[in-house]
Amino acid sequence: MGEVAPAEVVASLEAKALETRRNVVRMIFAAGRGYPGGSLSVADLVTALVLRELRLDPARPDWPERDRLVLSKGHAAPALYAALALRGFLPLEELATYGQTGSRLPGSPDRERLRGVEATTGGLGQGVGMAVGMALDARLAGRPSRVYAIVGDGECQVGATWEALLAAGHFRLENFVVIVDRNGYEMEGTTESILGVEPIADKLRAFRFHTLEIDGHDFRQILEAFATARSVTQGPTAIVARTVSGKGVSFMENAQAWHGRPPSRAEAERALAELGVPAAEAGL
Amino acid sequence: VTASDPPQSLLDACGAALVELGERDPNLAVLDADVASATRTALFAEKFPSRFFDVGIMEPAMMSMAAGMSLGGRVVYASTFAVFAAGQAYNVVRQSVALNRANVKIIATHAGLTAGDGAPLQIVEDVGLMRGLPGMTVIVPADAPTTRAATLAVHGRAGPAYLRLCREPLPSVTDGSFAIGRAAELRPGADLTIVALGSLVARALEVAADLGAVGVSTRVLDFASVKPFDEPALLRAARDTGAILVLEEHSVLTGVGSLVAATTAENYPVPVRRAGVPDVFGEAGDPWPLLDRFGLSVERIRDEAWELLRLRGKAP
Repeated sequence: MGEVAPAEVVASLEAKALETRRNVVRMIFAAGRGYPGGSLSVADLVTALVLRELRLDPARPDWPERDRLVLSKGHAAPALYAALALRGFLPLEELATYGQTGSRLPGSPDRERLRGVEATTGGLGQGVGMAVGMALDARLAGRPSRVYAIVGDGECQVGATWEALLAAGHFRLENFVVIVDRNGYEMEGTTESILGVEPIADKLRAFRFHTLEIDGHDFRQILEAFATARSVTQGPTAIVARTVSGKGVSFMENAQAWHGRPPSRAEAERALAELGVPAAEAGL
Repeated sequence: VTASDPPQSLLDACGAALVELGERDPNLAVLDADVASATRTALFAEKFPSRFFDVGIMEPAMMSMAAGMSLGGRVVYASTFAVFAAGQAYNVVRQSVALNRANVKIIATHAGLTAGDGAPLQIVEDVGLMRGLPGMTVIVPADAPTTRAATLAVHGRAGPAYLRLCREPLPSVTDGSFAIGRAAELRPGADLTIVALGSLVARALEVAADLGAVGVSTRVLDFASVKPFDEPALLRAARDTGAILVLEEHSVLTGVGSLVAATTAENYPVPVRRAGVPDVFGEAGDPWPLLDRFGLSVERIRDEAWELLRLRGKAP
């Protein structure tokens, strides 16, 4: 079973996640493109992983025994970049280059541009396979590394996602955790109206995953799920994290329109205000 | 070495080379999508069971897993039939393997018409798909010695590679002195050049010998290394012989014939003819009669050669 996270750890992560969200809004506004809904829904999970759960060392990004995070839903890259910046993998000011030609921070994560990005992703349905390969590699090499893959719920419609999950269950990869960012939305509507993926937890259990269902915005539940996953020794763990698309910005929450469009200046200012940044300090 | 030597299995040669590599490199791992007894990666599996993974019939995830396994520094070979490796898994090879510059070596067997089991399994588009990927090494060995050499060579070359192997045993036409990026001149000649790949190199040599008997001097180049491509050897052949015939068990639309035509057109235009699979799907049948049926018989190749010689004013 998991452990209860101390209140100060939770408070600290909540503050960091707020910072991540502010940066997500700034980046997508500045670039003029991006995916606010899915970047904000995953922000707490990514923040908890990068700033707390993963054994990483920004000074040694190639440390062989580090843990790995593969962001299979690569279009949520702003959340990953923002968290990596808070962890010290890149200067916070560099976040302003997101999406620009030549930037280390393209629309989808590129492992050859930015240390700390473990896999180049973007086309959906490939990150789980890469992460499963990393977990198998770690086991074969006798390294203690743990591997985490974050998939979107729309991505659970991709066949190759399930191929790779089948392999993780078959090979009993106890060092592998898949996290489903279950925000309910994809490009053209809700997952359940387009190609229903429920009951997602039952599917994952059937694929031999120790499966947990949590509120993906509650750091106590997130950290407890990670602790539980670490204690599972019989095979892989799945965490179905119920999240809210656009979480943290009232007018973006559960709003299809915000899946994949950038905010105007006024909208970005409103969003930042809701995230605790006064207009005078928005710096847009 | 002549084309009359007894045929040898390229797949067995590759499997044996994997065993050789497995002894040398304790980190090398091999993945196969439930066709190991056919691709012959079974040879590696028997010797190194802990480093071999049959992942089942899931080629896309096999490619992304191979990529993930390799990013920590391991060399990973992933094997299945070419139609699945290049076809079923194309976009995964593109993103997980090529874009990640993963150290994944794809062993694609049963390529081309000679796979024999009918159009669904006879891919003749794979070389075009694979050579279009930035950073991908593409090799089409003509015999067992080159297959062995190529399997070993890609191990030492960083980044992804695609080895396209013919299912049928082939006569040994090279001495195995294959080098990535170099075409092998198997026969010198001044009147005409035949650029040949894979299963058709032996037929190229046969036609060249026939032509030699009537006084036509034919250069035969084995272009096993499709990418990187030996452009200097091709342009030398264009200058020296003035006409090029390309033979490949691949679609003429996207194969090496097109590459040869484009490269000569840009640099040193000479008449080029592309003998390959026309713009149609394959069909079931015995391998060699199938090649004949699709326009790659020795007689048709000879006709193509004479056509070029006539164009150059070198034929009666």
